[in-house]
Amino acid sequence: MMDIRLALAGNPNSGKTTLFNSLTGARQHVGNYPGVTVERKDGVHTLNGYRFAITDLPGTYSLTAYSDEEVVARDFLVDERPELVVNIVDASNLERNLYLTLQFLEMGLPVCIALNMMDVAESRGIRIDTEKLSQRLGVPVTPVIARTGKGKAELMAAAGAMAGKGQGRSPLYISYGEDIDRALPAMTKRIEEKSFMTENYPARWIAIKYMEKDQQILSKGRMADPELSAELERQVQAVADHLKTTLDSDPEAVMADHRYGAIQGLIREGILTREDRENRIYFSDRIDRVVTHRLLGPMIMLVILWGVYQFTFTYSEVPVGWLEGLFAGLADFVDARMADGLLKSLLISGIIGGVGGVLGFVPLILFMFFAIAVLEDTGYLARVAFMLDRVFSFFGLHGSSVMPFIISGGIAGGCAVPGVMAARTLKSPKERLATLLTVPFMNCGAKLPVMALLIGAFFAHHRSQMMLLITLIAWVGALFAAKLLRSTVIRGESSPFVMELPPYRLPTLKGLLIHTWERAWQYIKKAGTVILAISIVLWAMMTFPGLPGEEIERFEEQKAAVMAGSVEDAAAAIGAIEARQAQAALKHSIAGKIGTSLESITRWAGFDWRINIALVGGFAAKEVVVSTLGTAYSMGEIGPEESGSLSETLKAAPGWSPLVAFSLILFTMFYAPCFVTTVCISREAGSWKWGLFAVVFNTTIALLLAIAVFQIGSALGIGIRGNG
Amino acid sequence: MGRINMREMKDNQSGVIAGVRVGGDLGRRIRDMGLVTGTPFQVQGRAPLYDPVALRVRGFVLTLRNREADCIEVEVE
Repeated sequence: MMDIRLALAGNPNSGKTTLFNSLTGARQHVGNYPGVTVERKDGVHTLNGYRFAITDLPGTYSLTAYSDEEVVARDFLVDERPELVVNIVDASNLERNLYLTLQFLEMGLPVCIALNMMDVAESRGIRIDTEKLSQRLGVPVTPVIARTGKGKAELMAAAGAMAGKGQGRSPLYISYGEDIDRALPAMTKRIEEKSFMTENYPARWIAIKYMEKDQQILSKGRMADPELSAELERQVQAVADHLKTTLDSDPEAVMADHRYGAIQGLIREGILTREDRENRIYFSDRIDRVVTHRLLGPMIMLVILWGVYQFTFTYSEVPVGWLEGLFAGLADFVDARMADGLLKSLLISGIIGGVGGVLGFVPLILFMFFAIAVLEDTGYLARVAFMLDRVFSFFGLHGSSVMPFIISGGIAGGCAVPGVMAARTLKSPKERLATLLTVPFMNCGAKLPVMALLIGAFFAHHRSQMMLLITLIAWVGALFAAKLLRSTVIRGESSPFVMELPPYRLPTLKGLLIHTWERAWQYIKKAGTVILAISIVLWAMMTFPGLPGEEIERFEEQKAAVMAGSVEDAAAAIGAIEARQAQAALKHSIAGKIGTSLESITRWAGFDWRINIALVGGFAAKEVVVSTLGTAYSMGEIGPEESGSLSETLKAAPGWSPLVAFSLILFTMFYAPCFVTTVCISREAGSWKWGLFAVVFNTTIALLLAIAVFQIGSALGIGIRGNG
Repeated sequence: MGRINMREMKDNQSGVIAGVRVGGDLGRRIRDMGLVTGTPFQVQGRAPLYDPVALRVRGFVLTLRNREADCIEVEVE
């Protein structure tokens, strides 16, 4: 068995991942490249005594240092030196795809071309002479249809034959016009003389990258040999000055012109013949006439986004129910078989609750990624970005930000965990980060019980208006927070939108399933462990240090007195005492102490220590606010769905008013995301710094808003008494 | 024939790139996607809010914001 390391490279939407799935099947491993959030996929394919270790590089249009994807792809090719690069080229889009191919060949990489979508090209009246293409480029070209797997055996046979021969091809030579062509050999010579980075790159390629002012190569060069680097930069500057005066252009532009010129040359030599169908309207364009139509487009989009939302949250209810049932059953099992005590409490509330919390999100994530994979693979998601970019770019976001917002609760009742993960479809780093940090403002399903409780207690006559108002406030708040972030901590030019609208395609079920599963599995593996750990910490905060011995004794004495005496309803009396005991224990816990000590700040927003403890508990999951309020008001255990009695209590409790309730609603909407979301934000942003930032930033905004509302309301005398 | 800014083009109007007047990431991206001097293209349409604009160029559809189209000079009939 001969081992061959092989990289799969090509443009986005060229069918690269489809080919990868077809070659490796389920035998793949998904991870991240170190330091960036670009996915790295590895897989294995065996054929005729060859064992191919395949790495699916991120799809890129070029090999400049434009995006993380491009840097990752280039570094991989240079640092890991795969024995072969299989370059997948979309035959129906040959010119732009060959632009990347030329760059591989300029690097002197051993390339083998998989010419994909010959069927699509033929249906468009495009015929490609593969023989001639192979001859001109000096590399093997194999036609394939990645969707069906046709041609993949021939491709891998060609790859095996080529890798067997070993390397040592000379880099492709492209002419860049008189001025640059004169400068490059001189620079190349100096680079060779000094062996300047030549152990990693071909000399001419280094000269080319200097000419293009490639930031990554420049900074590496300045480190390697500052003197020679400065000399080369001076030579480049001379050429640049000359081009500026003679052509009013710069080397980078001239070089791109010549690369595309070289491709045009190839095509004119008869590699590609096009039947005269210039005015033919492609099938895809016909769909777009309807789907991105000025009036119909947005309406269709609303229906589709609503559909994704329904699919994610309605259909996942069944498996979510199974999981909840399973963990509730497990908790009951432990409850019935263990004596009361710390260990039992840890098992039930900390561990079973924690694992249940992790796995409870899995069906949601699976359904969400499936729906998004369908939109992404068909090409519709790019249209959504196209239609909404005008709105979102105003707030420093990107058209593609809409999906994370909707999933997170843009339609009230979503969930920020899959929402945060949906931001993966965003390719521009700043817009993506701003999206990650603002989607938790949406009204997720866990905030709804809190809203329902407060609205039920204080705004019972205006339920639907309040829900609408809350949804609007969430959107406005999130968008303006994004704007704020993009003009402060994540400020900077927006990333170029320049984007391809890929032709509509039918996705393959295999591709969808692999895509969905691998992302969900990453969540379980990476976020899961952290979530369990934090769940235990939160349990400890709500439990320890526990009531001092004498206080427990006092409650026990009270209970004993009830038992001894002939009180009518002994069970109810004992229940009341236990509820008071739970309240005292909660107040005495770490969380309780935090809540109490924060009172000096939060009273400006109208919150007392009880509300504070509930909000601290809400960091575990927002619906916990309801049950913790129940405990804090000595009501015993209260589930989020049965808060009727609590709502009566709050209405009558001193210190509460519609104004306090509204201020609390605002605070609940905007304060720190629950810790599961926080963990996911950190994972997706690539640093714990951003998770921590989300907690602090959001809580600050929430507190300022709540204080403003409470103070202004109090001053104007709005909502202080009575029911709204 | 006349030289205008890409933003001023009408839907379905054809043109040829005369120059990309921007450097840095944006210029690089525009050129990498195939909008180099001399490239023929057609305005395919605009998003419902008239921004971004969609072009058909080299057999595929490329979209860019009006702000980005401002950096591109075109030669039109």
